[in-house]
Amino acid sequence: MTTTCDQKDLFTYVLRLGDSGLVLGQRLSEWVGKAPMLEEEMALANMALDMIGQARNFLSYAGELEGKDRGEDELAMHRDVGSFSNPLLVEQPNRDFAYTMVRQYFYASFAERLFEQLQHSADSRLAGIAAKAVKECRYHARHSGLWLVRLGDGTEESHQRVARALEELWPYTGELFEMDELDRRLLQAGVAVDVQAMRADWREALDQVLVEARIPLPSDDTWMHSGGRSGHHSEHLGHLLATMQILPRSYPDANW
Amino acid sequence: MQERELPLWEVFIRSRTGLNHRHVGSLHAADAAMAIQNARDLYCRRQEGIGIWVVESAAIHASDPADKDALFDPAEDKIYRHPTFYDVPDGVENI
Repeated sequence: MTTTCDQKDLFTYVLRLGDSGLVLGQRLSEWVGKAPMLEEEMALANMALDMIGQARNFLSYAGELEGKDRGEDELAMHRDVGSFSNPLLVEQPNRDFAYTMVRQYFYASFAERLFEQLQHSADSRLAGIAAKAVKECRYHARHSGLWLVRLGDGTEESHQRVARALEELWPYTGELFEMDELDRRLLQAGVAVDVQAMRADWREALDQVLVEARIPLPSDDTWMHSGGRSGHHSEHLGHLLATMQILPRSYPDANW
Repeated sequence: MQERELPLWEVFIRSRTGLNHRHVGSLHAADAAMAIQNARDLYCRRQEGIGIWVVESAAIHASDPADKDALFDPAEDKIYRHPTFYDVPDGVENI
């Protein structure tokens, strides 16, 4: 590592990225066995596996940075709601297919831009993880974007559902572009990326999709939720973690 | 809500540069762009390909199994049509 940033800062930064992947991956995997069609079931499972793969890379690295002998499994399975630092968007429930695709588009289109730049991070380990993740997120954004257009410009029912999902999930998008003191310190060190600066481009891409999908564009001055990154979560994350963590918590030494 | 199946598409994958696209199966999708996406997820999960073609199944016209005799049997005794009367040089693949 070539930078002079604080190890603790870097740990938190990497953990946030890992938690986002883990929680969204778990959400997507809830579709397995009940997706609307076989083809989409495979696509959802593929995206879930991509997200969990990214989470594994980030969490392993976070464990090493922390230096307390916590590996990826320990960080994923033996932390409680309050220590998860993912944005609130990714923990929102699947509800229906339209909801899942809107959530996916919001996150993937953001992550694509984030990883695009993180590839050039001064931290070579982060840069390496980002280089792999950017291709996956680009695919997720394309897949979910295509669905947004088809649902929005599809039947009356699909249009209503996707428009409602967009309205309800929109207030969770602000948090993606938040930057706190820690982010700024790491940005200064050349390790982190400036997510605020990506917002306009993200928004422009979204608007293009929405125009094609005939969905009204969301307002710029909507009140936005916040808090996930500092551990203040919606009620949904506890339920998600309970399902995800029950096996390793009930049988701590369980093995294949 | 009316239950309506999305159209069926046939999928062809090119596994390596220089090889032909080969039929690998079919899938449902709303349109060509989604069919290519789905083909990537269903048939290229294990690095099977470097190129994808999709064709709407309805666009494919097939021979009638009842015409089998007339179409294929006449070739049976014409072994001179097989390229077996010369040696293939070493190192030539995919003939």
